Amino acid sequence: MIPAPFDYHRPSDLKGVLALLQEHGDEARVIAGGHSLIPMMKLRMAEVPHLIDLQSIDSLKGISIAGTKVTIGALVTQHDIIDHPELGRVAPILKETSLQIADPQVRYMGTVGGNVANGDPGNDMPGLMQCLDATIHLIGPNGTREVAARDYYEAAYMTARDDGEVLTAISFDAPAGGYAYEKQKRKIGDYATAAAAVTIQKAGGKVASASIAMTNLSDTPVWSEAAGAALEGTTCDAAAIKAAVAAMLDDIDPTEDNRGPVAFKRHVAGIILTRAITRAWDRA
Amino acid sequence: MSNKMHINLTVNGEAHEFLAEPRELLIYTLRERLNITGPHIGCETSHCGACTVTLNGKSVKACTMFIAQANGADVTTIEGIGSPDNLHVLQKSFREHHGLQCGYCTPGMITRASKLLEENPNPTEEEVRFGMAGNMCRCTGYQNIVKSILAAASEMNAAKEAAE
Ligand SMILES: Cc1cc2nc3c(=O)[nH]c(=O)nc-3n(C[C@H](O)[C@H](O)[C@H](O)COP(=O)(O)OP(=O)(O)OC[C@H]3O[C@@H](n4cnc5c(N)ncnc54)[C@H](O)[C@@H]3O)c2cc1C
Ligand code: FES
Ligand code: FES
Repeated sequence: MIPAPFDYHRPSDLKGVLALLQEHGDEARVIAGGHSLIPMMKLRMAEVPHLIDLQSIDSLKGISIAGTKVTIGALVTQHDIIDHPELGRVAPILKETSLQIADPQVRYMGTVGGNVANGDPGNDMPGLMQCLDATIHLIGPNGTREVAARDYYEAAYMTARDDGEVLTAISFDAPAGGYAYEKQKRKIGDYATAAAAVTIQKAGGKVASASIAMTNLSDTPVWSEAAGAALEGTTCDAAAIKAAVAAMLDDIDPTEDNRGPVAFKRHVAGIILTRAITRAWDRA
Repeated sequence: MSNKMHINLTVNGEAHEFLAEPRELLIYTLRERLNITGPHIGCETSHCGACTVTLNGKSVKACTMFIAQANGADVTTIEGIGSPDNLHVLQKSFREHHGLQCGYCTPGMITRASKLLEENPNPTEEEVRFGMAGNMCRCTGYQNIVKSILAAASEMNAAKEAAE
């Protein structure tokens, strides 16, 4: 389990990071918590002749909250999220999701930026960020730009980020109302067999709006607009939930792997989404 | 190798300086370079927690960190938590409550448990199980590990109260 040799860089500001990315092109990659990248390097599935450590870039750290506007720096860890009472009040779905990622040691290291940037369909944050309609902030040699989380994922490990760009932060407007992140895994610490992020706003006893995204059921996260729409205007009764599940099943495209065959994953996806909607509605 | 780096690392209060390839994993630095063999290698794939150390106040799997990343860090291993003549409360508690059988997972368990009790000095059984979820044991079935940690927590809390 020894990775190929590399040169290590620890720049102290973003300018330094961008310059190194420019200089080394394909040969360079950033490392945040390393808990996706190091396992890949150990397996020699990733070779990184120039490893650029982000740990000293203070501008990527910290959570800022202004009313319902939340901005999370790329280097904020899953542990930081769990440990942030104000974020827990404003956007509790982040804590609920983080608590279902990996184990305590991994959560101390794994960052939100790495989780979102990585592009592994098994990561839990991308689906959550699509559910929240979050914005991903990038910086590159030509300045900064923003990409909607719902437009960010192209295929497994392929995202809208160019190689010379760094993800600096993720921002979103925290929704009021009910929420749930529900995840089925084979054992604690495992990636999802299926997971669902749901938010629901209630008005006059009915669903005013709903947002639904699924994890690890396609080669990208899946925000199912149709599934959310199926709940709107209903009392979130059994028939409405069934319609939302049917709409979601039309949007996902799971493949068989060691978490089970396609039929099983579709079955689990339906159950997980039903539970997530039920819990979000109860909290709405 | 031409790309050796100058590394500074404090382990259990002692400062170390050496040259190493950046790709050296922290667990190998500890075990093979510094002869600190408390942290074990169970899986080497970030799953078992046998290699757990405390690094800058965080519980970390030492098999999933390059020495280059750890440059400048402060590390505590089981050797820094207690010694044979001066066992930590957790170590005594594991001995008393049969929290180990083969002992392979124990250094990682106790190192993680010491941090868990810092994060949450008065955990419920469920919180102990959740907080220890990154550490595997193939012998005990976990029951006695949980018991040992809960017993250590009450003992530490009682001692704190007595001191106040
Ligand atoms: C045992 C284990 C279990 C796990 N279980 C889960 C799980 O259940 N759910 C889950 O979601 N994750 C899981 N993970 C992954 C973990 O949460 C990762 O740490 C996380 O996905 C990536 O964050 P990182 O900071 O470690 O990223 P790194 O490993 O440092 O980086 C990952 C990738 O993103 C790139 N990158 C990182 N930061 C940036 C940035 N700011 N800008 C541009 N590119 C960047 C890197 O170049 C790399 O390609 C698990 C990991 C382990 C080891
Ligand atoms: S040896 Fe590090 S987690 Fe198993
Ligand atoms: S006591 Fe043997 S692995 Fe835990």
